[in-house]
Amino acid sequence: MDSQKGNWGKILFLVVIAAFLLIFPALFTLPFPQHIMIMIFLYATLAQSWNIIGGYAGQISLGHAVYFGAGAYTSTLLLMKWGVSPWLGMLAGAGLAVGLSQIIGYPCFRLAGHYFAIATIAIGEITQIGMVNWKGGGGAVGLYLPILEESFANFEFHTTKVPYYYIALGITAITFFVTYLIERSWLGFYFRAIKGDLDAARSLGINIPKYKSIALAISAFFTAVCGTFYAQYVLFIDPESVLPLMLSILICLVAILGGVATVWGPFLGALVLVPLSEFTRTYLGGGGKAIDLMIYGALIVLIARFQAEGFMGWIKKLR
Amino acid sequence: MFTSEIILQTLLSGVLMGCVYALVAVGLCLIWGLMEIVNFAHGQFMMLAMFLAFWMYTLFGVDPLLSLPMGAVLLFLLGIATYFFIIKGILYTTFLAQIFATFGLGVFLHSMAQFLWTGNYRLVQNPLLAGRISAGGIFIGFPQLVAAIMSAIGFALLYWFINKTEIGLALQAASEDREAASLMGINSNRIFALGWGIGSACVGVAGVLLANFFYVFPEVGFTFALIAYVAVALGGFGSIPGSFIAGILIGLVEAFGGLLIDPAFKYLSVYVLYLAVVFIRPQGLWGRY
Repeated sequence: MDSQKGNWGKILFLVVIAAFLLIFPALFTLPFPQHIMIMIFLYATLAQSWNIIGGYAGQISLGHAVYFGAGAYTSTLLLMKWGVSPWLGMLAGAGLAVGLSQIIGYPCFRLAGHYFAIATIAIGEITQIGMVNWKGGGGAVGLYLPILEESFANFEFHTTKVPYYYIALGITAITFFVTYLIERSWLGFYFRAIKGDLDAARSLGINIPKYKSIALAISAFFTAVCGTFYAQYVLFIDPESVLPLMLSILICLVAILGGVATVWGPFLGALVLVPLSEFTRTYLGGGGKAIDLMIYGALIVLIARFQAEGFMGWIKKLR
Repeated sequence: MFTSEIILQTLLSGVLMGCVYALVAVGLCLIWGLMEIVNFAHGQFMMLAMFLAFWMYTLFGVDPLLSLPMGAVLLFLLGIATYFFIIKGILYTTFLAQIFATFGLGVFLHSMAQFLWTGNYRLVQNPLLAGRISAGGIFIGFPQLVAAIMSAIGFALLYWFINKTEIGLALQAASEDREAASLMGINSNRIFALGWGIGSACVGVAGVLLANFFYVFPEVGFTFALIAYVAVALGGFGSIPGSFIAGILIGLVEAFGGLLIDPAFKYLSVYVLYLAVVFIRPQGLWGRY
């Protein structure tokens, strides 16, 4: 992108994509394609949130389900116990996730590499076991959200998926825009300095624990927002669906396959993986045959083996 | 409330299970020590060994005890194949690509087992090793006892091999400094493949032994691999005796956690132990790094 012309091309490309995403529900009116798009937005946003701490700042968290669960459980419990609007619950959940991220980050950021990754797994597993055994929070049975009248204020729609589509699109757009701003700001430079070389970052006078905490806080915030969205979309949550280790791994997988530390990588990852898993599950996965997961596993191996930079690696080469 | 019998019983069951964890963890640790790659398919390798023991018994009437050498050899070959087809190409890529290459292999093997043999729980019916021994009010399952002893023997053999034989020393040299070792005429490719072979053989032995008294199903490897991963970090990456001791420690903590708090919390105590240790010693108990 060295010329003005290239920049205009890029902007035109973005406008076309944005226009397509905005009119998508009018073009594809059936629930299935809309559902797939909603899941793409959800996973793209989750992967982007992970990308901020895992990709840019290089801290491999395998416990992001904790923040997702914090969002889902906070808004749901507030709604069920005190009738608090899910929109406020979303903010409360995000606030709780940010608080948790600071409590988790403080001791964990002293750990390096695998030690850090395992610590985040351990915290995720402890949280899941805790929620399974906490009867007041639904325990292992989970929570069914109360069915309310369909409205934007209630954050519930029963006859159509279109409002969910636009809410998800909005959340995704905000997360991606924030990431874009971070990438271009001094924050982004600090994050990448921490990832690249700790000693060099320290000698530049970067307060490393502080910037790791900031990265994790931003990441936890958006992850929790996705958690609330998921709860309002599916209208049922339990520890097995919002807190499993598999979710944490999947979040980071989408980012990695797309390409870490890039703005568009998480979107590409979700764009390929979500339809792949939905279609293979629909057409091949019947009866617990697990062919969908076989293809999934093989694909992960192949990409890790032949294109370690993810899909963005190919795109960079094409340029 | 807790009689000395109950405590002794818990202690023994903890150590016995811990020995199996330890052997799984040692295999993982050996591979990591050589090339700083964690095999996230390790648990699925164990699952395959368990199914091997199950099918040998069910189809041909071969007792798991007799299919033990076969399990070790086949898993050795699987480890070597994994090295040449997958690992060799990602030795110098990023930490993330390395995590996900083996993780993807694990997902593939797990779903392949699900596809071929369904998700049902199976058990080897009436193996040679069965029943239990009782002494002074304490009961020890005979298969568990044999599994623990064989695991300990397996570890002792591995320890001897690494420290006393020429190939073992070459393995150590390669893990200390890859380039210096290759200057000394050590073919690092062959050594790495050997490391994958031996590490996988360890988990093969553990899997066959486990099939004597544990349910065989596609997901069985997941928990064991996670426990082994925690054990290696707890003992400290790079220390083989460290991961063996950590494995036993985890068996104990798990057993006592189940006794003192609630069986639902047994894995919780393992994770709490891990966090408590690394928050004080970020490099694990005996870690070099």
